[in-house]
Amino acid sequence: MIWRSERLKRLLYLVPLMVLAMPAWALADEAKIDAGDTTFVLLSAALVWIMTPGLALFYGGMVRRKNVLSTIMHSFIIICLVSVQWVLIGYTLAFGPDHGHLIGDLSWLGLKDVGQTPNADYAATIPHLVFMVFQLMFAIITAALITGSFAERMRFPAFLAFSLLWTTIVYDPLAHWVWGVDGWLRNLGALDFAGGTVVHISSGVSGLVAALVLGRRRGYGSEPLLPHNLPMTVLGAALLWFGWFGFNAGSALAANGLAASAFVVTNTAAAAAALAWVIVEWMHHGKPTVLGAATGCIAGLVAITPAAGFVTPLPAVLIGLVAGAVCYLAVAVLKAKLGYDDALDVFGVHGVGGTWGALATGLFATKAVNPAGADGLFYGNAGQLWVQLVGVAAAWVLAAVGTYVILKVVSLFWKLRATADEEEQGLDISQHGEDGYADMVLGAPAGNGTVGLSGV
Amino acid sequence: MTKIECILRPGRLEEVKDALGKFGIHGMTVSQVLGCGLQKGRTEVYRGREYSINLLPKVKVEIVVRDDQVNEIVRVISEAARTGEIGDGKIFTYRIDNAIRIRTGEQGDDAI
Repeated sequence: MIWRSERLKRLLYLVPLMVLAMPAWALADEAKIDAGDTTFVLLSAALVWIMTPGLALFYGGMVRRKNVLSTIMHSFIIICLVSVQWVLIGYTLAFGPDHGHLIGDLSWLGLKDVGQTPNADYAATIPHLVFMVFQLMFAIITAALITGSFAERMRFPAFLAFSLLWTTIVYDPLAHWVWGVDGWLRNLGALDFAGGTVVHISSGVSGLVAALVLGRRRGYGSEPLLPHNLPMTVLGAALLWFGWFGFNAGSALAANGLAASAFVVTNTAAAAAALAWVIVEWMHHGKPTVLGAATGCIAGLVAITPAAGFVTPLPAVLIGLVAGAVCYLAVAVLKAKLGYDDALDVFGVHGVGGTWGALATGLFATKAVNPAGADGLFYGNAGQLWVQLVGVAAAWVLAAVGTYVILKVVSLFWKLRATADEEEQGLDISQHGEDGYADMVLGAPAGNGTVGLSGV
Repeated sequence: MTKIECILRPGRLEEVKDALGKFGIHGMTVSQVLGCGLQKGRTEVYRGREYSINLLPKVKVEIVVRDDQVNEIVRVISEAARTGEIGDGKIFTYRIDNAIRIRTGEQGDDAI
């Protein structure tokens, strides 16, 4: 994820030597696996994995009780869907050998040639498989983040088709542009340490488009569509915060000082943003809410994500404070003014927070933190802000256009939107045939020996 | 026989139960209900959006008593449930035809 240009330069000097001593070099390459780095990145991958079940709880608590299972199912099934897609084709499209600076080719289809030896282009000290699976977790959570925008009203078959197409047609190319060797944004020098652009802008903007295409939930604006279980949401936010240490610190791809720095700024920005959100909300509405604290920390985590490997702790405080305040205004003021029903505020938190984070990286980045990075505006390099802006714009356009086209294509084959009856009944019953809180069970087992609604 | 149905503040349920117990009434059905009346609702805020919640949580207590006990029991419940503020609730009484204890088949006053 970080530019390993120093390492690449050193490798260049080695080329003549390598030609002379080819067999010896091949051995040395295998020996370069670092046990500490490998352990750290594998565990970081597991931490990023837990973010998606965390997201399921975060979102699940915010919907009405009749939609809790369908909302949790979105995240859960995306873990399964993207895990298989990534191994088959996603990884090679995102990180495979470059094709036209736009996409990876199919050389690593089905993980062909992705094995236990490191790939020095991406991470020289860990097995290539570790890098691959770490990246998989990012692809999973990105697709899962979008589901908050169309919660409580999208039909399941259309959701499945959309998610599979979206991760293949939007996520994989965007990851290649920003992180793939020879991707055009990477070549341009756009900085995105752990996915502010690739993960958060893409999911946030896609969520906005999906919310607009699907339309508002029934009763939006006339009846209260309130969270049914805020403790569940807070638990989800805590798991997200916890997993984010793997997301950001793990993106150093080594157990080193840079990972430590990313860990510290991540926690700092999350905390600052939660404080800012609560304070602004307190001044605006007179109450410091728990949902505000839980949402604010996520806004801070989103904003620090692209900057995590490039900034020092004090700018991290500022990045967090601004993220908390700006995302609050996006959710509480902008959304209400414009009237779109982004049900769980994917755009307000991830789209807006991700955009701020990407630009803030262009302001506060310093080579003192990461020599492989770049200096930002406040360290004398105004050009970096421009480069960041290009990255942001590219992600916005790809996500918006891609999502719109995919939804239109999917709608030719499957109905996107639940019918009025299905929505009224709740998606848990209408889409999945289950009730999240079956406190009074009616009915009897149906058919011969088949178990019905009444449970086991 | 008369059914007494009272809508109470959730916080006064224990006092009412105690008072009824002292009066010798031990059987009752209690449910959590939502309702509105003179009492104004409250405002809740979720992600900066205000919602006015005008249905407030109450408890409903239902008991069935002999007709000659009704006035006394209504007084006992009223005293136990009253705070003097708006929102103390209401008591309704209904004449009922019969009561049957399912286990024994006893009917009328014997069954309550």
